[in-house]
Amino acid sequence: MKFERYGIGIAKGLRVTIRHLFRHPVTVQYPEQRLNISRRTRGNELIWDKVKCTGCATCAKSCPQGAIQIVTSTSMEENKYEVEQIEVDTGYCISCGLCVEACPFEALYMGYAYERAKYRRGEVVQANEQLLPSPQRQRSGYMYPKIADELPRQTLLIERITEEK
Amino acid sequence: MILNSSLNSIAYSSTLPPDWPGGFWWHWLLFTVIIIVFALTLVMGFIWIERRGMGRMQARLGPNQAGPFGLLQPVADALKILLKEDIIPAKADRIVHWLAPVVAFAPALMIFAVVPFGDGAMLADLDIGILYVVAIASISAIGIFMAGWGSSNKYSMLGAMRGIASVVSYEIPVVLAIAGVVLVAGSMSLNQIVLAQDIPFILLQPLGFLLFFIGGCAEINRSPFDLMEADSELTAGFHTEYSGMKFAMFYLMEYAEAVAISAIIATLFLGGWRGPLLPPWLWFVLKVIFVFFIMVWTRTTLPRVRIDQLMALAWKFLFPLALINLIVTAIQILVWPDALPWILVPINLAIMALLILLWSKLFKLGWGRVEV
Amino acid sequence: MRDTRYARIMVLKTEPFILNIGPVHPSTHGVFRMRTTLDGEVVVDVEPVFGYLHRGIEKLAEERTYTGVIPLTDRLDYVASMSNNLAYCLAVEKLAGISVPERAEYLRVILAELQRIASHLIAVGAFLNDCGAFFTPFLYMFREREKIVDLFEMVSGQRLLYNYMRIGGFNQDVPDEFLPALDKLLAQMPRFIEEYERLLKENEILLARAKGVGILPKEVAINISASGPVLRASGVKWDIRKKDPYSIYDRFDFDIPTGEVGDCYDRYRVRVEEMRQSLRIINQARRQLPAGEVKSEVPHLVRPPAGEAYAHIEAPKGELGFHLVSDNSIAPYRCHIRAPSLLNLTALRDMAIGWKVADLIIIFGSIDIVMGEIDR
Repeated sequence: MKFERYGIGIAKGLRVTIRHLFRHPVTVQYPEQRLNISRRTRGNELIWDKVKCTGCATCAKSCPQGAIQIVTSTSMEENKYEVEQIEVDTGYCISCGLCVEACPFEALYMGYAYERAKYRRGEVVQANEQLLPSPQRQRSGYMYPKIADELPRQTLLIERITEEK
Repeated sequence: MILNSSLNSIAYSSTLPPDWPGGFWWHWLLFTVIIIVFALTLVMGFIWIERRGMGRMQARLGPNQAGPFGLLQPVADALKILLKEDIIPAKADRIVHWLAPVVAFAPALMIFAVVPFGDGAMLADLDIGILYVVAIASISAIGIFMAGWGSSNKYSMLGAMRGIASVVSYEIPVVLAIAGVVLVAGSMSLNQIVLAQDIPFILLQPLGFLLFFIGGCAEINRSPFDLMEADSELTAGFHTEYSGMKFAMFYLMEYAEAVAISAIIATLFLGGWRGPLLPPWLWFVLKVIFVFFIMVWTRTTLPRVRIDQLMALAWKFLFPLALINLIVTAIQILVWPDALPWILVPINLAIMALLILLWSKLFKLGWGRVEV
Repeated sequence: MRDTRYARIMVLKTEPFILNIGPVHPSTHGVFRMRTTLDGEVVVDVEPVFGYLHRGIEKLAEERTYTGVIPLTDRLDYVASMSNNLAYCLAVEKLAGISVPERAEYLRVILAELQRIASHLIAVGAFLNDCGAFFTPFLYMFREREKIVDLFEMVSGQRLLYNYMRIGGFNQDVPDEFLPALDKLLAQMPRFIEEYERLLKENEILLARAKGVGILPKEVAINISASGPVLRASGVKWDIRKKDPYSIYDRFDFDIPTGEVGDCYDRYRVRVEEMRQSLRIINQARRQLPAGEVKSEVPHLVRPPAGEAYAHIEAPKGELGFHLVSDNSIAPYRCHIRAPSLLNLTALRDMAIGWKVADLIIIFGSIDIVMGEIDR
């Protein structure tokens, strides 16, 4: 601590902090005030389109965690696979989105929601009907630009900070 | 001059001031209650000011959920802390560990006994008021060392050692800075010092104020001298092993000491309860809060010094300046005892500027590395 | 005749003691343990102990598809995932001989440099926090980082583990609102960096704490194969972006900031200067950004020919390299990661001995390590 510059450095720092006292804070009050999340959010759940899904299991193969399980049976009349069981262990899921990317029939979507903690471990494993979309389980625009355009714009910090200097 | 005034004050106290409500015991009871309420309310206020003020300076909000503007946050904290488990480490010295928070906390409250809230409105108008403050303030260092020793933790021990070192070193410049004020005021009684401040002593003793502020911050371990807690180095320093209400006592102690030092600074240098229009006690509280706000401000901005730099600052920078300040003040009082204060103000400010510039050039730190 | 017992009491004896700093400690930046031998406050010996965060990423990579490894690389240096993705993708592209479209190259540079700024912001903030500036610089830096993380969230959908780059480009193009937001960020950023510089750059206490502390001499830095800001602060002008330009870095004009002595303050200065240089690169890349595809034709399961490849980039922490061995299957036969933090950390003991505990903390902070990368 040489005061060769007579403490000017300290004074400069004090000036910066006191100026922040009169600025708007950047934090938000979370549960009351919510920012819009990204349109491409990879939420902690998968949303499944029962109609489009052909049971090809590309998602299960591309999942690095092995969190997706599909059981199919051949249906001779319609000449295609029938999905008997699709099960996603969201406890193993790392939300990497590779399954959504791999799906050739646009039948799998990432969830748009957050706050998806569960009280029991059993609830973490979602299967069949639980994977379908619903008002609480919106689809995210990850890999689907058309869905992304309908979602609200993401709130950006650079746009929220308005004051000059 | 000191002799005169002390004779005066002896005569003063022997006749019992007329504004003492009731007798001695009523006075004692009233002011004990006032002090406890004042200190604890102000501690809670300070915690709130620090957390909110610091929050805003750090571009965030700070606590704002409990009560209006988060004013009840300290209460909520206290409730939470009361419900926590009290853990004593297996190898701790149980008695010392238990006593440490008490020994550390009590002196912080005792300081207020001699602090005037209005003209003569104080628990005890001691003739040696300021000596009492200095003596009592050092006791909490013992409590801190007990905490460090008693919890048998190396972090605590290191923190406590640092605490003792800083208190012992910084006592000297602080006392010398006070001596300058005592010379000017001609009394050691805090009430007399306030009465003597027709202009605040911050103008008559600017260097003394600076030294006392830095030294006081170091003594109560406010940043940038918070080495004995040093959360990035020693986790929590001396109170690492404390939990529950014992931790709360240390937490309270920290802020009660901050209140005490702010109150002493306000009394010695900023004219205490004196001020126009507003009632004296309000002036006093406002000044205390103002001093504390500066402490919050520096805490938000400055990094922490290292232990050898702390020692160097005390012995190489503050100590010589404090001595010179004392000598200069003594000469001024001897040579021009009746000089108009308004002439002395610019002279003293100039002396301060000169000394600080000079010492800034001379002050050098040691090379921090040791060959091992 | 002196009583021997009395004499024994009078002899003051001190001995060093061992202090475990970590694995759970406010400033070990993760789960790292320094087994420190102290003589009073003076550090006599430091023994780094790590491995608390070991997840076996190199081994896990051997049983995943080449694309499936990308989420794993996110978890190496988790404050700079984009750079890890880039290094890994470059390695696979080298191995399989895949070319990347022009637009993707430019976007990669933009994102990698944004990531460098974001990572250095954390490094500088955490370093200043270790110095004892009570969270103020840390929170200011996080505010700036937040703006960058917002952009990353916009393009990739997550805020920390982006998993955005793919072998041969990106999985999808950046959204339309990305470029206007980037322009706004580029306009704001220099002003804020300037302001935070004022906060502590010339602060006397910081100078006393960091100047001349923890000097890493040039020769030692080269011998321990340090890289990144740690090496450059010691005065070695070494930057892979210049010395072995990968991607399209040879098209941009930027300087390599270097320090003079190699103390903690130099490392701090070098990081701040690098942020400015990164902004320069992003500005240039933004102006030259072409339109077009962002991903070349790559099969779903990449099957590189048997062989090996090593690709390295200048990650925020230093030289990050991936050495991949392929046996013509869909998974790497072996994946070795050259983690910059691990090699930079080896300088800790040389730098810290003889200094005080407080210095040990800031020396450690100035190396800027991330435990995810060290333990892997």
